[in-house]
Amino acid sequence: MADFTPSPDLAPPSLTVGPLGWVRTNLFPDPFNSVLTLIALYLVYLTLPPAIDWALLKADWSGTSREACVSGGACWVFVHARMNTFLYGFFPESGYWRVNLLYFVTIALLIPLFVKQFKYKVILAAINLVAFPLLVWILMSGGVFGLSHVETSNWGGLSLTLILAAIGCVAALPFGVLLALGRQATNMPAVKTMCVVFIEFWRGVPLITVLFMSSVMLPLFLPEGTSFDKLLRAMIGITLFQSAYMAEVIRGGLQAIPKGQYEAADAMGLTYWKKTGLVILPQALKIVIPGIVNTFIALFKDTTLVIIIGLLEVLGMVQTALNDPNWLGYSTEGYVFTAAVFWVFCFSMSRFSQRLEARLHTGHKR
Amino acid sequence: MAIAPGKNQTAKQPSKLNDPRFRALLFQIIASVTVAGFIYWLVNNTLHNMALRGISTGFAFLNNQAGFSILQSLVEYDETHTYGRTFVVGLLNTLLVSGLGIFFATIVGFTIGVARLSHNWLVNRLAMTYIEIFRNIPLLLQIFFWYFAVAINLPGPREAIQISDLAFLSNRGLFIPRPVFEEGFGITALAILFAVIFVIFLARWARRRREMTGQPFHTVYVSLGILFGLPAIAFIVTGTPLSWDIPEMGGFSFSGGLAVIPELFALTLALSVYTGAFIAETVRSGIQAVAHGQTEAARALGLRHSWTLRLIVIPQAMRVIIPPLTSQYLNLAKNSSLAAAIGYPDLVAVFAGTTLNQTGQAVEVISITMAVYLTLSLVISVFMNWYNARMALTER
Repeated sequence: MADFTPSPDLAPPSLTVGPLGWVRTNLFPDPFNSVLTLIALYLVYLTLPPAIDWALLKADWSGTSREACVSGGACWVFVHARMNTFLYGFFPESGYWRVNLLYFVTIALLIPLFVKQFKYKVILAAINLVAFPLLVWILMSGGVFGLSHVETSNWGGLSLTLILAAIGCVAALPFGVLLALGRQATNMPAVKTMCVVFIEFWRGVPLITVLFMSSVMLPLFLPEGTSFDKLLRAMIGITLFQSAYMAEVIRGGLQAIPKGQYEAADAMGLTYWKKTGLVILPQALKIVIPGIVNTFIALFKDTTLVIIIGLLEVLGMVQTALNDPNWLGYSTEGYVFTAAVFWVFCFSMSRFSQRLEARLHTGHKR
Repeated sequence: MAIAPGKNQTAKQPSKLNDPRFRALLFQIIASVTVAGFIYWLVNNTLHNMALRGISTGFAFLNNQAGFSILQSLVEYDETHTYGRTFVVGLLNTLLVSGLGIFFATIVGFTIGVARLSHNWLVNRLAMTYIEIFRNIPLLLQIFFWYFAVAINLPGPREAIQISDLAFLSNRGLFIPRPVFEEGFGITALAILFAVIFVIFLARWARRRREMTGQPFHTVYVSLGILFGLPAIAFIVTGTPLSWDIPEMGGFSFSGGLAVIPELFALTLALSVYTGAFIAETVRSGIQAVAHGQTEAARALGLRHSWTLRLIVIPQAMRVIIPPLTSQYLNLAKNSSLAAAIGYPDLVAVFAGTTLNQTGQAVEVISITMAVYLTLSLVISVFMNWYNARMALTER
C-alpha cells in the first residue's frame, strides 16, 4: 500500500490576508465604499500636505521680529516673541517664578489623586479644595510673606485661564452639592422650588449675559461704597453659572443610587446629614466624577468669554498681540497656537474622564 | 394603674424638633425668609444705588430715539427708530443665526455621526478626527478664527471666489442669488400648504387602514409625489412667477442678490462646525445604543437593509438621540450670543451692548435679555419634551 503523503496546506487567498487583505476589507469592500474611500483620500490630499507644508516645512522658527519671516509658511517667531504674555499676562517679569511655582505645586497636589495606591485621596481632595484658592491668592496677588503685591489687572494669559477654570470649579462644587440635594428634597416643596428656579435660571441664560450682569449689575446690587475687583466679579458670575451645571450632574448621581441605599440608611436610624454624608454622597460623587470632568472641560473652554468684559486670558492675550502694529497679519498663527493649547488640555482631560469611567464602572457591569 | 395621666403624657411627648414634618416645615420657613430677605436687600441696594447715580427706573427709555445704526436688520430700521425697535432687530438677528446654525449643524452632525460608524476605516477615522478636533477647541476661538483669519482676509470683490457666476465669496461677505416672488406666486405657496395638509391626513388614513386591514400603502412615494407635484403644477400653470436676482459686480462691490455679511457668515460657520461635532457624537451614541439583537431580528425576519434602518434602527435611535439633541440646539441658541465678540448685531451686541451703554439702564436691559434667552430655552425644551413624550417607549 502506498504511503499517504499529505500535500501541504494551500496558502489563503492572497487578497484576504496581510496588508492587502486589510485594505480590501477596510477600504474597498464594495463599489460604494470604494468611491467613499477615493473621495476621502482626495480630501486628505487636499488638506494635509499644504497644512504640514505651512505649519512645519516652510515655517520660520527663529528670530525676533517679523523680518525673520520670509519663507512664506507659518511665522512661529510671532508666537515665540509673545510667549511670555501668552503664559503670564502682564505679570512683572521678576515674579514669573511665582506663577511657575503655582503650576508646580498644583500639579504636585493633584498627582497623588491619580495614583491608584494612594489611600488618602478624599482627605487630600478636601485639603485641595481649601488650599488651592488660598495658594492662588498668596502666590498671585502677593502682599504677604514679603511677596510684592500684583494687581489682578496684571494677571493674564494661560495662568488666568487655569485659575478661572479651577477656582470656578472648586467654588461651584459645594454649591452644586447643596443645590442638587435641595432639588431632591421632595418633602420640602418650598426649598425644592427655589433650587429648581435657581438651577433652571442659570442654565437657561448664556454665560456671556451672566458676565455682563456680574460686571454691570453687581456693583448696583451691593451697598454703597463696596466695590469689587473686576476679576472677582467675573469669578462670582462663573461660580453661580457653574454651580447650576454642577448641580445637575450631581443630581444624576443622586438619582442613580438605588432606593434601597436610602431606605437602609433610614432603617439604621441615621440622621439626614449622616445618611447623605456617609452613604449617599460618597457613592453618588464617585459615579459622577466623569460628568464633573466634562463640565470642567466645558468651563475651561468657556473661560475664553471673559475677554468680553476685558479680562485677558490666553485668547485675549493673543487677540491683543494680533493688534500690535509690529505683528499685523499673523492671526492664523496666533489662533492655531491657542487652539493647540486648548486642544491638548481638553483632549487629555476627556481621555482621562473616559478612562476613569471605565475604571469606576465596577461591580455593576451587565 | 395609679399613675397620674397628665404626667405620663408629658413624659411621652417627644420634642417637636424630632418630628420630621415639623422640622421640614421649620427649615422651609427659615430658607424662604432668608432668601426673601436677601432678595429684598439686593433690590433695596439697587434702588438706592440707582437713585444715587440718577438713573431712572422703568421701561420708558424703550420709546426714546436710539440714534445709532445697525449693520444688519431684518425689519426696517434706521437711526430715528426707538430703543424698543433695536430690541426687535437684535432679537430677529439672534433668531436668524440660531436657525441657520441649527439647520447646518444638524446636517453636519448627522453626516459625520453616520460616517463615524462607517465600516470604511478611512471615513471612520476622518470623522473621528473632525469630532476630536472641533469639540476640544473653544467656540469663541473658532469664531475668531473664521472671522479674523478667514472671512475678512478673503480676496476683495474683484478677485472674489465665485461659483459659476452665481455666488460670490469675498471679504465683503457672501453674495448669493435672491429669489424674487412675482405676482401669482401666492397660488404656488397655497399649493405647498395644501399639499402638506393633505399628506398629513393621507399618512393618518394609510396607517389606520394598515392597522385595520393589514393592507400596506405606499405612503412615502405618494406623499413625495403630492408634495412636489402639486406645487410644480401650480407653479407652471400660473406662468412660473419666480425669478432670481443674481449678484453682479458693479463699482467696488456687488449689487443685487442676497448679501450675507462676513460676520453672519463666520458666526454660522463656527456654530455649525462646533455644534456639528457634538451632534455627531450624540448621533453615534444613539445609533450604537440600539441593541444588536434588533438588527439581527430584523434580518431574520427577512427585512431589507433599508427597511431595517428605516423601521427598526432609526426609530429606536431617535428615542435616545432626541433629549441630548435638544440640549445641543439650546446650547447653540445660547452660544449665538458670542456674536457680540465679532460685532454681529445680535441681541447681546445691539441691545445689551450699544443700547445699554447709551441709556445706562443696566438692570432693565440685562433682565430683558436674560428673559429672552430663558423663554427661548423653555420654549425649545417644552417642544422637545412634547416630542420626546410622543417618541418615548410606551410601557404597560
